[in-house]
Amino acid sequence: MNLTQRYRYLYKPLVFVAGVAPLAWMVCGALQLFGASLGADPVKKLEHECGKTALNFLLLTLTVTPVRELAGLPQLLRLRRMLGLFAFFYAVVHFTVYLVLDLELNFRLLGADIVKRPYITIGFSALLLLLPLALTSTNGMMRRLGRRWQSLHRLIYPIAALALWHFYWQVKRDVREPLLYVGMLALLLAYRLLRWRARGAARAVPAMGPAARLTSRSGSATAPERT
Amino acid sequence: MLTRVPRIAPSEITPPEVYFSRRTLLAGALASVASASLPAVEGAPPAQSALGYRRNPQYSVSAPPNRLEEIAGYNNFYEFGTDKESPSRYAHTLRTRPWSVTVQGEAEVRGRFNLEDLLKGQALEERIYRFRCVEAWSLVVPWVGFPLSDLLARFKPTSNAKFVEFTTLYDPAQMPGQRSGVLNWPYVEGLRIDEAMHPLTLMVVGLYGRVLPNQDGAPLRLIVPWKYGFKSIKSIVQIRFSARQPTTAWNVAAPQEYGFYANVNPQVDHPRWSQASERRIGAPFLAARQPTLPFNGYAAQVASLYQGMDLRRYF
Repeated sequence: MNLTQRYRYLYKPLVFVAGVAPLAWMVCGALQLFGASLGADPVKKLEHECGKTALNFLLLTLTVTPVRELAGLPQLLRLRRMLGLFAFFYAVVHFTVYLVLDLELNFRLLGADIVKRPYITIGFSALLLLLPLALTSTNGMMRRLGRRWQSLHRLIYPIAALALWHFYWQVKRDVREPLLYVGMLALLLAYRLLRWRARGAARAVPAMGPAARLTSRSGSATAPERT
Repeated sequence: MLTRVPRIAPSEITPPEVYFSRRTLLAGALASVASASLPAVEGAPPAQSALGYRRNPQYSVSAPPNRLEEIAGYNNFYEFGTDKESPSRYAHTLRTRPWSVTVQGEAEVRGRFNLEDLLKGQALEERIYRFRCVEAWSLVVPWVGFPLSDLLARFKPTSNAKFVEFTTLYDPAQMPGQRSGVLNWPYVEGLRIDEAMHPLTLMVVGLYGRVLPNQDGAPLRLIVPWKYGFKSIKSIVQIRFSARQPTTAWNVAAPQEYGFYANVNPQVDHPRWSQASERRIGAPFLAARQPTLPFNGYAAQVASLYQGMDLRRYF
């Protein structure tokens, strides 16, 4: 198998299975199969598990670039779209559980929550911002948008910040877990900041736009070092 | 996660009818000593933890109580961890015997009392109360206990006793959650003396006719049904009468979010979430959300305690 085949027939299916696994576990819990359980408050459990799974995939999506650059594995980029789409998928399920199972389709409560509860306002904004990214994730849309695609998908950074803020703010008291996520996001962003500064220093004249840098990186070169 | 076993095997849960039918067989407060002579009920758990009590319909709601697995499997008891499953998983390390309660402050009778002595001769009653957590979920619970006023009267509080402060055990060896700084330990709660003496305010020693499970605050806990659950302090080791309002654990942790009074009030939202409605744990799918009632449905009995008070300010 060549690299493309390995990704198509092995790595991508594996990532897909890993992406579906949390949902499968939750379904087992809801149906009390295989000893899985959602506990005494299945609605809250589902809501929280979906939200956290969405965050996990969001952070994994953001981990692709540092890993492929540091480990010299540029081909990892091929897995990034699926990771991002799983983040979107679990965010949608998270919102659906909240609206249908938690609020029981009480749209008056939904409106009040979105307007009055900052953590819900923030979470809802993150979900809305994810939507254009999911819709433009196809090859066709990437081609059509050209270099604007990259600018649009930079939205992932504010989305990640909003999503973690949403997580942090809804915790009653024990903020250790959200802070762990904040720490991980900070590392991922710090990597990008340092890289950006290093590139800026290496380049006498910053002539290249970010979109051009991406296209050069998604080629077969191992590291996007430009001189 | 897939291998997690149910914490309470269904076989361990005795249907309430069994308890209710056998309560006539039991006499006295703690029936532990009588356990050997109890007739065996098929499928029933060991009898030593069964309690003798009388049902008090006057103070019971008609709503069906939650199942024992829900009441004893979904707890906020940060002394054993901050998620809802941790207390049922880890509270077995709590030693509830021997247990003593220290009484201090503005009372004529002070000192350290064995729990057995405090309970001796105390008639127990079952009351089915609504329980509303500040996190906007609720339960209906068949507690077994006795009015707090019965207990407090024994200590002869003086006229200076305007408040009562309760303290939970502090022992990180038994309560591993106390190793984290998530709250200031030990947990402290308090009531105004008239709230403490109110007939609805209950000292609880049991649940579903049996000795309280550790995760529900054994061996002695408070239940104040018209207040958010965090007021109903668990595993009490100290009672102090005082002239000044006690500083309470959640109020210290986040004063703008958790007031001293903490009366259930659908009109006054938590700063981060609505208190207008709640979800009843264990209710049927898509039928769990219901409106929250002022004073958790006990307004007729307790609203007069707060006459003239601005309940937005004293939340």
